[in-house]
Amino acid sequence: MEKFNKLTGNAIPLRITNVDTDMIIPKQFLKTIKRTGLGEYLFFELKFDQDGNKIDSFELNQDQYKGASILIAGKNFGCGSSREHAPWSIADYGIKCIIAPSYADIFYNNCFKNGILPIILDEETVAKLQDSAENTLNFNIDLEKQNITYLENNEQKEITFEIDPVKKKCLIEGLDDIGMTLNKSSSISNFENNQAKKTPWLYRSEII
Amino acid sequence: MSAPKTLYDKIWDNHIVSINDDGTTILYIDRHLVHEVTSPQAFEGLRMSGRKVRRPEFTLATADHNVPTMDRDKGIADPDSKLQVETLERNARENNITYLPMSDKRQGIVHIVGPEQGFTQPGMTIVCGDSHTSTHGAFGALAWGIGTSEVEHTLATQTLIQTKAKNMCIKITGEVMDGVTAKDIILAIIKKIGTAGGTGYVIEYTGDVIRNLSMEGRMTVCNMSIEAGARAGLISPDEKTWEYLKGRPLAPSGVEFETAIRYWQSLATDEGAQYDEIVEIKADEIIPQVTWGTSPEDVVSIDGYVPDPKNASSDEKKRSIERALDYMGLEPNTPINEIEVNKVFIGSCTNGRIEDLRAVSKIAKGRKVEKNVHAMIVPGSGLVKEQAEKEGLDKIFIEAGFDWRDPGCSMCLAMNADKLKPQERCASTSNRNFEGRQGRGGRTHLMSPQMAAAAAIKGKLTDFRDL
Repeated sequence: MEKFNKLTGNAIPLRITNVDTDMIIPKQFLKTIKRTGLGEYLFFELKFDQDGNKIDSFELNQDQYKGASILIAGKNFGCGSSREHAPWSIADYGIKCIIAPSYADIFYNNCFKNGILPIILDEETVAKLQDSAENTLNFNIDLEKQNITYLENNEQKEITFEIDPVKKKCLIEGLDDIGMTLNKSSSISNFENNQAKKTPWLYRSEII
Repeated sequence: MSAPKTLYDKIWDNHIVSINDDGTTILYIDRHLVHEVTSPQAFEGLRMSGRKVRRPEFTLATADHNVPTMDRDKGIADPDSKLQVETLERNARENNITYLPMSDKRQGIVHIVGPEQGFTQPGMTIVCGDSHTSTHGAFGALAWGIGTSEVEHTLATQTLIQTKAKNMCIKITGEVMDGVTAKDIILAIIKKIGTAGGTGYVIEYTGDVIRNLSMEGRMTVCNMSIEAGARAGLISPDEKTWEYLKGRPLAPSGVEFETAIRYWQSLATDEGAQYDEIVEIKADEIIPQVTWGTSPEDVVSIDGYVPDPKNASSDEKKRSIERALDYMGLEPNTPINEIEVNKVFIGSCTNGRIEDLRAVSKIAKGRKVEKNVHAMIVPGSGLVKEQAEKEGLDKIFIEAGFDWRDPGCSMCLAMNADKLKPQERCASTSNRNFEGRQGRGGRTHLMSPQMAAAAAIKGKLTDFRDL
């Protein structure tokens, strides 16, 4: 899995709450059998109107946010469908860090499987950062130190954030979950043997 | 004696394989449902790393999101949809996983097929790359939706690395009025706690109102736990659960069924067990519910009004109401029962089961769909379709002017050919009213099957009890 340690980049303020995964990546792009190439379809229906014209007022279409690697969004980001196409499209677009007051569970977990750091900050701080993002060229995100630093009006600012130490380690080391779990194969076999004694009907099913 | 436990605590404890050094738990997964949209990259990952499916016999695959709901004999027209379905078929075959193809009458929406086949049983852990996996919680199974990376992890190891969620109890007390359904109850719950209200929790639904629901009604409630933000929803299994499971193809049989019941009975939450959060809801005041906006928490009673952003509690809320009204093409303070619709969708893993169709048939019988409305009924599985036709429901639907289709997810998420056109307004029994969910620019109002049927007949949102 891709590692995450430090990131420097500009940020897109997305002042919408309850951004759902249908909005992040509409269903017509879920028919792929690959993980890559979804970046250009990120927020497709916010980027283009029904006739395919660019919607200029949408931040992702504005020159100043070109190449941004951070997204600052409203609360309950990523709600709805479990589609991992959402973080795939975000990562493929080049966004490696999201800042929001809260996330939906499945999306939050999916981020860590794809080298994306989802930072949680209180609503007031997020709103302030969204304002700052309009004028600030670069935010520095340091996962090890758990801080965001940036220069605003010639003043150095620092915001610290909390993150679960396990999830932090996963991102910094880019661990292969499956490989690690497979190292515990004997524990899994032991579990199965015990479970087959306790609830044998679970092991009867020679499926359909 | 050990401390009293909740149903969730017990299922969790029964599935711990080991605890990692970092405090996370490797949790055993008893059953895995697979569909075509969220699995191709997982199988590809296995192939690339030379890994095998650990327990193909615990895995069941079917295509549901992309399948056409008419002219099936012509196959799938869209080449991308076709490729995705064929890819699932190939992956299942290469990995010895049972696959129910479109031509099999057991094919349908994964969350309808699982219970129907007895694949879903109390006390199990069940996952699927689909957020509505929470449906299976109706059986007292811990069931939740996962991303594709976790689909791959489950295929390879039959486990997932998890951290335990918190326990929430939602107790629904009182007596429901006639005509108030499981859908109205869950919509009222989401209205109360919000779409993030359950974030970080597993919800157990309790109280007489839940006990009195049929298994199918319980599935409707648990199905939309995800719309309340919860990881999973649970209902303690009881006689209704055993009754439902008895004789299903994959359910235990004979003496073993009795042994299983004794085990299942032991799963109920112990007296004195602690929940991290308790929410009480009185059912007495609930009347049929519908959504007006673009979030499942935008719920209002059928006798209510479209909200006015002027009355919003915060600027952020005001902006979000304005955005929703603009998308939905609605004016503030419009009476809900004056909103006209031109589409109706009855189906989905929320409300695509036989009882839903029976309820619709009672409304449809002897009436006609309004001439400006196109109303589709999409059964949740081939077996639901077969049963409905056996009971003659299809004739009632067709006679009334409904469009009777083949099973699949259909216009719940519009990945197949069934979708709303821009600005079309739909009364839908599905689970999400997000912008563009049922088709770009399409406007969705969520409600019960009875209410959707009534909307088809009147051409506008209406309290079906007044028909």
